[in-house]
Amino acid sequence: MKRWLPILLGLVGTPLVALANDWGMGDSNAKIPPPTIFSPVSTPANEINTVAYFTIVICAVIFVIVAGLIVYSIIRFRERPGDDGREPAQVYGSNPIEFAWTTVPVLIVFVLILTTVRTIYSVQAAPRPPDSILVRVIGHQWWWEFRYPELGVVTANELHVPLSDPAHPTPTFLDLESADVAHSFWVPRLAGKTDVIPNRKNQMWIDPYQPGTYLGQCAEYCGTEHALMLLRVIVEPRPDFDRWIAAQKQPSVGDSSVDHGRQIFETTACVNCHVVQGTAAEGRFGPDLTHLMARETIGAGAAMNTPENLKIWVHNPSVVKPGALMPPMNLSEKDLDDLVAYLITLR
Amino acid sequence: MAGSIEQRIPLGAEGAASLPFLDRIHEWVVTVDHKRLGLMYIAGGLVFFIVAGLQAMTIRLQLAVPNAGLVPPDMFNRLMTMHGTTMVFLVGMPILTGFFNYLVPLMIGARDLAFPRLNAFGFWIWLFGSLLLYFSYIGGNGLYGAGSAPDVGWFAYAPLTERAFSRGNSTDYWILSIFLTSVGSTATSINLIATAFSMRCEGMTLRKMPVLVWLAVVVSFMMLIALPPLAAAQVMLLLDRFIGAHFFDTQAGGSAVLWQHFFWIFGHPEVYILVIPAFAFASEIIPVFSRKVIFGYEVMVAASAGIAFISMSVWAHHMFAVGMTPAGNAFFATSSMLVGVPTGIKIFNWIGTMWGGKIRFKVPMLFAIAFLLQFLIAGLTGIMVAVAPFDWQLTDTYFVVAHFHYVLVGAIVFMIFAAIYYWFPKATGRMLSQQLGKWHFWLFFIGFHLTFDTMHFAGLHGMPRRIFTYQPGRGLETLNLVESIGAFVQALGILFFVINVVSSLRSGEPAGNDPWDAWTLEWAAASPPPPYNFAELPVIGSRRPLWDLKHPEDPDSKYE
Repeated sequence: MKRWLPILLGLVGTPLVALANDWGMGDSNAKIPPPTIFSPVSTPANEINTVAYFTIVICAVIFVIVAGLIVYSIIRFRERPGDDGREPAQVYGSNPIEFAWTTVPVLIVFVLILTTVRTIYSVQAAPRPPDSILVRVIGHQWWWEFRYPELGVVTANELHVPLSDPAHPTPTFLDLESADVAHSFWVPRLAGKTDVIPNRKNQMWIDPYQPGTYLGQCAEYCGTEHALMLLRVIVEPRPDFDRWIAAQKQPSVGDSSVDHGRQIFETTACVNCHVVQGTAAEGRFGPDLTHLMARETIGAGAAMNTPENLKIWVHNPSVVKPGALMPPMNLSEKDLDDLVAYLITLR
Repeated sequence: MAGSIEQRIPLGAEGAASLPFLDRIHEWVVTVDHKRLGLMYIAGGLVFFIVAGLQAMTIRLQLAVPNAGLVPPDMFNRLMTMHGTTMVFLVGMPILTGFFNYLVPLMIGARDLAFPRLNAFGFWIWLFGSLLLYFSYIGGNGLYGAGSAPDVGWFAYAPLTERAFSRGNSTDYWILSIFLTSVGSTATSINLIATAFSMRCEGMTLRKMPVLVWLAVVVSFMMLIALPPLAAAQVMLLLDRFIGAHFFDTQAGGSAVLWQHFFWIFGHPEVYILVIPAFAFASEIIPVFSRKVIFGYEVMVAASAGIAFISMSVWAHHMFAVGMTPAGNAFFATSSMLVGVPTGIKIFNWIGTMWGGKIRFKVPMLFAIAFLLQFLIAGLTGIMVAVAPFDWQLTDTYFVVAHFHYVLVGAIVFMIFAAIYYWFPKATGRMLSQQLGKWHFWLFFIGFHLTFDTMHFAGLHGMPRRIFTYQPGRGLETLNLVESIGAFVQALGILFFVINVVSSLRSGEPAGNDPWDAWTLEWAAASPPPPYNFAELPVIGSRRPLWDLKHPEDPDSKYE
């Protein structure tokens, strides 16, 4: 038996671990606090948290009382051994009791409705203050495009927003649009989710008051790689955010040592889908790569952004993210190395 | 092919056993008997229950560990689509339809439904639609690289279903098969309404109709109102896909949100269409095993009708995150919470029925008690998701998956099992084993809670639904492993159920007409009832005619 155990485990386990390479994401995620809805760091999430606790407490009290009644009645009124076999008294109903257990729920529901409506308006109807940041969020199968129209910056999958001081809030307003199917923008610690629907403009806002990285992901089923349409929000103090913006506005810096790689980039299909500011690459189908290396992850959070992972990704994205819409590039080993050498200069 | 029709197809139950196999099959195919059609609905539903259960097992195996590679993403998406579609349209609907088919005529002292041929038509069109859905595995490939079975999720949100994103024919199979099963359900609902209103035996006024029959009427009206919007939307989607209409084609100016409205105008009442039959079973089973009359008959019926009315105006609570106006969100949050009131009344009335009774813990009652507790929790998490701001966090996460499985499994499947254990003796003449039944109950109960209790927490920890995998390091590993283990414990419970049914069909204890000492009319018929149900149509004086017979000194008719 003992000898067979490892073999048996191997047989069962092999299919499970077939994709066990997590491309470094496990370690990276572990450094970020898990995205639970009960540790809000932004006003919308915080207001939701308050109404959530209120609701949960009410429901818990109802549960204890009603479940208590059920358990009490099945214990107290069970048929005992040696029963005389006579039927118990038949009770057909009671109007006062019915009235009581209709009225009490109505009152509870009334209180809950008032709380709910108040929170709906305070989150949804909040006006946009003049010193807020505006970001256009565009959902794609299966990645996120972030455009800062007032700041002239375009990036993907990792949203940078400034820290908002509760005394002088500088919230970020997100205009949500989709390039293809329905998605949903969700970063649990910052706000509830809002759907990202084609041919429609939705809006939400966040005002994170604690710096850090927050995990989120697409929450509306959007096709093959819905599960790996991840996103991160990086909240940094205003000076850091301004520095990041300034750096993002720079065009890519030419480095003559990687000229061959750039040539490959500019003469293959890459340019049809990607933008690199200052080059011929003006495609809009895929993420903007001007500052690719400023991002921690590639493939919308499918893999850590390392030269090794980049090489595997460019060679065939479906190894990392099966079904990704970027085709395998079929480059020779040397061209691939040179191309990756070029890509990692895009800081 | 010798002999007259009568010789080849004897009409009596007695003749059936001695027929050759093919003739026996033939007899089931041509039948218009409500009992046989009911049993075929239930059997068909149970077969699909096993199929969709195996799909769920595969899903849970894939999600047991992070980053698993057991099934590729496309296959996973097909599995979860087929699991959901199958469980709703090919399991829930036919089993509940089947029970109503079987029970309504017996309970109102009739010989059959009002339109027996329509009933047969409904069953066969349902079966055809169901098989069409599974034929998509073979026929779905329309283009190179296009998938086989549908992979758009059971609510098939536009524009993922449009030609641009769903190539091949898999989505067309989804549309047409569900369309056909809806035709069958519509036929059944018309039939049930006509039967309950015009075929009751002498003495059975509407106020003396068993609660189950009342709820069958309520559900039938709901089906008549809720199914057409779905059918209309499906036709519109077909037009989009085949002749370039632009109802939901966002690239040509169509509306994705319009589909969501259409779908949920059907989809939310659908939840109640499935759960009200569970209420119906509970309202028959809890009194018998508590040895007490149902507490507050009129209120129970009124509360069900109330649920039906309110449930028609709550659909957009599935859409709190699509960006409705605050006023829209407030309206649908309010109406959704109001459903809690009549639902609460029903739970209290069931407790009132048990209160002061002498509760017998037979297997049907075990399932019914678990149903009460689980439905209570499902209702309370339902209140949570009705709080629109809370739902902005909860919608489309595993919390919602947990919530609706608490309804669909914790309430509906548990009550289906209760109903099977309760009425199996009537339909077959043999008892199901209590011992195997208890194994089934406890394994299924433990497995259910392992799987679905933990799912709530996965959702609160940021796990969206419908993901084929999740990354390590996000705090989801333990929860998902427990969920998967629970799924296999449930499967073990189902194995006991299958063994129980198979062995009891062969050698179960003979049941007699009235094994539970019950009070409604079906227990006055033989087990199994003859094709004509009652040799002489009954005449009744109260809601519990058999109680009156058993207790002539204290009949119900004195109090009603």
